[in-house]
Amino acid sequence: MNTPTIKEQSTYTENGIIYPSKVMLDLNKLKKVYPTPKGEYVVLEDLNLQIMREEFVTIIGHSGCGKTTMLSMIAGLNPISGGNISVLGNPVKGPGPDRGVIFQSPSLMPWMTALQNVMLGVDQVFSHATKVQRRDIAKYYLHKVGLEGAFHKKAIELSQGMQQRVGIARAFAIKPKVLLLDEPFGMLDSLTRGELQDILIEIWNKEKITAVMITHDVDEAIFLADRVIMMTSGPKAKIGDVLNINFERPRTRKDVLEHPDYYQYRKHLIDFLEH
Amino acid sequence: MKQSLTMQKVTQLIGLGSLKSLSNLFSGKIGKDGVTLMLKKVVAPLASILLFIGLWHSGAKALYNMEADFKIEKALNDQGEKAADEMRACIAAGETGCQPNTLPSPAQVWASYKSLLKDHNAIRADKLAFKEKTAAMNAKRIAEGKDAITYTGRPSFVDQIMTSLKTVFAGFLLALLIAVPIGILIGLSDTLRSSVNWLIQILKPVSPVVWLLLVFMIVKTMTKNSESDSAFIISFISVGLCAMWPTLVNTAMGVASVDKDYINVAKVLKLGAVQKVFKVILPSSLPLIFTGLRITLSVAWMVLIAIELLAQSPGLGSFVWEEFQNGAMDSNSKIIVAMFVIGIIGFLLDRIMLTIQQMVSFNKNEGV
Ligand SMILES: Nc1ncnc2c1ncn2[C@@H]1O[C@H](COP(=O)(O)OP(=O)(O)OP(=O)(O)O)[C@@H](O)[C@H]1O
Ligand SMILES: [Mg+2]
Repeated sequence: MNTPTIKEQSTYTENGIIYPSKVMLDLNKLKKVYPTPKGEYVVLEDLNLQIMREEFVTIIGHSGCGKTTMLSMIAGLNPISGGNISVLGNPVKGPGPDRGVIFQSPSLMPWMTALQNVMLGVDQVFSHATKVQRRDIAKYYLHKVGLEGAFHKKAIELSQGMQQRVGIARAFAIKPKVLLLDEPFGMLDSLTRGELQDILIEIWNKEKITAVMITHDVDEAIFLADRVIMMTSGPKAKIGDVLNINFERPRTRKDVLEHPDYYQYRKHLIDFLEH
Repeated sequence: MKQSLTMQKVTQLIGLGSLKSLSNLFSGKIGKDGVTLMLKKVVAPLASILLFIGLWHSGAKALYNMEADFKIEKALNDQGEKAADEMRACIAAGETGCQPNTLPSPAQVWASYKSLLKDHNAIRADKLAFKEKTAAMNAKRIAEGKDAITYTGRPSFVDQIMTSLKTVFAGFLLALLIAVPIGILIGLSDTLRSSVNWLIQILKPVSPVVWLLLVFMIVKTMTKNSESDSAFIISFISVGLCAMWPTLVNTAMGVASVDKDYINVAKVLKLGAVQKVFKVILPSSLPLIFTGLRITLSVAWMVLIAIELLAQSPGLGSFVWEEFQNGAMDSNSKIIVAMFVIGIIGFLLDRIMLTIQQMVSFNKNEGV
């Protein structure tokens, strides 16, 4: 098996019983500095954030405040300048399949079919499984995102929306501990975006993978999240405010829009963004 | 119907889309737009070919007259009135001995083309006869463990073409086998790239002649005691070395500039080095590699002629050189036949590469 087995080090005690920690992701005094020709640019400083198991968190903040920077540091694709990030108590040292990423652009290999793109990850992570089992996993997730008719279509022949569906299937199929999403629907029209939100939340309801998603869309942030994290504007951005979304799950778009608290939540977020 | 459809596909695939309108013309399927399209794609190119031949014809005629005048004047100055008259009569009678030797006319070139073909057919018949004659004897010789007797007659023009093609493919293959792996290595490592960059930049512009001499120095020593065909070896290695640079540079560039998103996907999945190269990096740089290979093949074909000419290895290059030194009546027109053959084969090779390039390119809008 290629995934390093992670010892779940952090625990918490309740009534004398030791439970595995509820904290999945821990960002502690996180700092990021980019060297620029005009000197050092401190994007993030003293950023603290804890994300629980089975939690769906959305992150909003002004453009350029450092959301992508933070997410790519969690993914291990961007070096940490100070502080630390840990997943289940293990410090993040580099990228790995325990943290699946859905990028803003679908980032599929255009020369591969939809199935091959999903298989790329499945083959790698479940290398101990048989070929048939691996194919079944990949097909299952492609089915889940509504692409059962497009297994053998080349990625380049798929529409943007369909490509991003493959991206979702690819991310879930490797069964990560944490799912990181950077404006995954930002490039889509609003109709397609709605469809994909529904697909995402449907799979998520079943798998309950801890998810951290950046979005610019306030409604999307509320609809998907258990908590909305608001980041202050940079430089030296940190967590500005946190809003708990107390709608029960599974939720439908209609339930959410008709809920009496909805406009309260919306106003809270917009007020934050406008100051 | 079905046949014309596949025909269309084939012509489009090999980049001769203009033939489509020709086939439409024959099947009588032309509308209003068809006429303008026909004018543009069929009539205009045909007219330009005719114009070209016309200009060539009158140019050759003018040169012929100039050369004839020189000859007559020279005879007049050297030997007097009578010799000049004789010369004039001799030229007018079309006798081979006194024809002005200059740029041949299209008709002469066409005649030479036909005579070369005739010559080829004669040699082929000769070869076949030889084979038949020696078949029984060769079978016996082989049974006795001796070498078979082979035909050693003069190669025909077509044989020369085949030899040249063989050399160019060997050279191209060599270029591919050297340039692609090295290009991948260089593309993968920044350090390696910057450390060998100076060498590539210096070697890239070196002229074919120098490569030939270099290869000659090495191969001459290495093949001293063997009976291998050193002219062939020298020319194909030189061709390969001259022509591999575009592939080397393009491969390195393609590998170094793989989309960062793909690399990130590979990193997140923790693909191993081999997997990363074969599943992500190579496929994504294939279009650039093939662009390089296409340039390599056309460079290979271009330098081949010069190298054959210098290395005295059989092929179109030495054909041209021998005809030039031969100075026979129809030598000049044979050289021009060779020129057209070289050009047309070069064009076809390029089209084949373009087709392959378009097939491997995952982004169909790219290319050409
Ligand atoms: N590699 C880099 N080198 C230098 N500066 C960078 C680099 N990457 C990002 N930055 C800067 O860091 C800041 C944060 O960038 P980041 O991409 O994280 O913002 P963001 O919140 O994701 O913005 P957006 O909402 O527009 O995606 C920006 O000012 C950006 O210019
Ligand atoms: Mg961003």
